[in-house]
Amino acid sequence: MPERIVVPFGPQHPVLPEPIHLDLVLEDETVVEAIPSIGYIHRGLERLIEKREFTEYVYVAERICGICSFMHALCYSQGIEEIMKIEVPDRARYLRTIWSECSRLHSHLLWLGLFADGMGFENLFMRSWQLRESVLDVLEDTTGGRVIQGTCKIGGVRRDIGAEKLAEMHRALDPFEEQCRNLGDVFLNDETVKYRLQDLGVISKDEAYALGAAGPTARGSGVAIDHRETGYAAYGDLGFKPVVETAGDCYARCAVRVKEVYASIDLIRRAISEMPEGPLDVKVKGAPDGEYFSRVEQPRGEVVHYLRGNGTKHLARARIRTSTLANIPPLVKMLPGAQLADVPVVVLSIDPCISCTER
Amino acid sequence: MTVNEEQTTIGVALEDLMREVEGLQTGGYRLVQIGCTDIGGAYEVNYSFDKGYQFRNLRLTVGPETEVPSISGIYWGAFVYENEMHDLFGIPVAGINIDFKGTFIKTAEKYPFSVTRRGGDRCRNA
Amino acid sequence: MSTMAFLKRSPWILHYDASSCNGCDIEVLACLTPLYDVERFGIINTGNPKHADILMITGGINELNRAVVRNLYEQMPEPKVVVAIGICAATGGIFRECYNIAGGVDKVIPVDVYVPGCAARPEMIIDGVVAALSILEEKRAKMTGAAQIKDDARHAAGEST
Repeated sequence: MPERIVVPFGPQHPVLPEPIHLDLVLEDETVVEAIPSIGYIHRGLERLIEKREFTEYVYVAERICGICSFMHALCYSQGIEEIMKIEVPDRARYLRTIWSECSRLHSHLLWLGLFADGMGFENLFMRSWQLRESVLDVLEDTTGGRVIQGTCKIGGVRRDIGAEKLAEMHRALDPFEEQCRNLGDVFLNDETVKYRLQDLGVISKDEAYALGAAGPTARGSGVAIDHRETGYAAYGDLGFKPVVETAGDCYARCAVRVKEVYASIDLIRRAISEMPEGPLDVKVKGAPDGEYFSRVEQPRGEVVHYLRGNGTKHLARARIRTSTLANIPPLVKMLPGAQLADVPVVVLSIDPCISCTER
Repeated sequence: MTVNEEQTTIGVALEDLMREVEGLQTGGYRLVQIGCTDIGGAYEVNYSFDKGYQFRNLRLTVGPETEVPSISGIYWGAFVYENEMHDLFGIPVAGINIDFKGTFIKTAEKYPFSVTRRGGDRCRNA
Repeated sequence: MSTMAFLKRSPWILHYDASSCNGCDIEVLACLTPLYDVERFGIINTGNPKHADILMITGGINELNRAVVRNLYEQMPEPKVVVAIGICAATGGIFRECYNIAGGVDKVIPVDVYVPGCAARPEMIIDGVVAALSILEEKRAKMTGAAQIKDDARHAAGEST
C-alpha cells in the first residue's frame, strides 16, 4: 500500500484569489481525503446587525460579497418587505431583475475566466474577462458602481434606467449574445477543455441532493433547484426554467453556467421589452416585527437570509447562509479520486466564494 | 410557471429531534441550513429543510450548555452548520462526523454569539 | 548601473485577500485583464512571495490572517512595497466595528500606499501601483547606496592592510 502524505493547499494559492485551506491526504498523486478549513476572512457581519438600523444594513448585506452584492441586498430587502408586508412597485421588480441578471452575467463570466485560468487556458481567461467588462460598463452606467451597486433598498430601488438607456441596452444584447455564444462554444466543444473536465469530480444526483448542494453544483448533477422558479422580483411574470445537466462532473457544472449566461441574456431582453411604467419605491414606515427566511438564487446557488425583527429599528437576528457553505460538503465528496494536479479545477468547479461563506 | 413557496415552522423537543429529522430525510427533504438565534438566556436552533420549494423548519429551544445531538449521521453535510453552531454560539454538539473541535471558524472573541457574552457590544448606535 | 535599476520597469505583484468582500479582489484581477491590461507595462501577477516586489492587500486584518499576512510580507525580498487596496485595508471600512476585525493592514505590516474606494476602481488601483513604483525605486536607491558605502568601506579597509 502506498504511503499516505498530507499536502496543505492554501490559504494563499495562485489559483484562488481568496483564501481557503484544504488538507489533502494523498496516496501517490491521488487524493483520498480532503479536510477543509475556513475562517481566514471571517468578519462577523451577522452581529453588525446590532449596530446598524434595519434600513442601513442593506449596505452591509451588499458587502457580504463583492460579486453577488446586488443579490445579497435583494435577498435582505425582500425578507424585510415580506415581514413588513410591503408591496414593491412593478417597475422596481423589473429593474431588480435586470440588475440581478447583470450580476449573474458578470459573475458567471468571471467564473468562466477563473476556471479557464485554473485549466491553464490563458487566452480563454482573458477573453471571458474582456466580455465581462461590457456587463460592468452597463452596471456602472445604470447604477454608478462596477461591483457594489447600492441601488437596492427596502421598498424598491433607488434609481431608474431611462427609456433611452434601456433601448441602448436592448440593442447591445444581440451582438453581446453572439460573442458569449462564441466563447461558450469553446467551453462546450473544445477537445482540450473536455479532456480536462469530463469525468472529473463526479457527484451523482442523489448524492448532490442529500448533501444539500446548491446552484450550478446541484444543477450540474441533475437536481433541478433554482429559486427563480418561485417567481420573486419579476421572474414570475417573465417565466423561468432551470438549466440542468446530468453528468455531475466538472464539465457539466461548467456547461450549466455557460447556458445560464444565455438564459440571463434572454431574461434581460424580455425584462426590457416588458418594462412597466410607474413609481420606483414605496415609503417604508415603522419597523419590522416578525421573522422570515428569505431565499434568492445567486450565481452560486440558493442564499438564505433569516431575518427576525422585534419591532425596533434594530433587527434581533440576521443569519446568512450562503451557497458556498452549502457546497462545501459536496466538494469534500468530489475531491477523493482526483489527481493532485486537478484539485484546483475541482475546487473552482463549485465556484467558491469564501467571503460569502465566512461572512 | 411559478411554484409558490411555503414556509412552515414546527417546534420540536430535544428528545424528538432525531426522529423528526429522520422522518424528513425519508420524506425526501434536503437540508437547507441550521441556524441559531439568541433569544435571551436560551438558544433557538432552526433546522431548515426543503422539498420542491416547500420550506419546513424544525425549531428546537435549548438552554446554554445543553448538549445537542448531531444530525450529521442522517444528513452528512450537516457538519458545516454544526461546527459553526459550536464555534460561534458555544453550543456543544455531540457526535459530528467531521468535528473540527472549535477550529472551523476561529474568532478573536470566543463564542461571539453566546448568550453569556458580555453585554458591552450590545450598545446601539442610535 | 546594476540590473536592479530595471525593477521599476517590470515589478511583480503578489495579491492577498485579507478579509475583503471580494469586490476589490476582482478589481485587482480586472486590472490584469484586457480592458486595463497592466501586463503591457511589464507588471506580472505572481503567486509566489519570493518573486514579488509589490504586495497588494485587500480587506482588513482578522485574528486568523494576521500571521499569514506577516508571513507573506517577510518572505518577500527587499526592496518591497505594500499597497493597501480599498477602505477596509486602510481602516477596516464598513467592517471596522465587527468583533473579528482588528483594523487596517497597517496594524500588522508597514503600508506604503493606500488606495481608497469601496470597491477601489481599477483606475485607482493602477494609480496606486504607479505611486508604489516610485517608492520601490527610492527604496532600491537607498539599498544600493548603502551597499555601495559598505563596499567602499570594505575596499578602503582592504587596501590599508
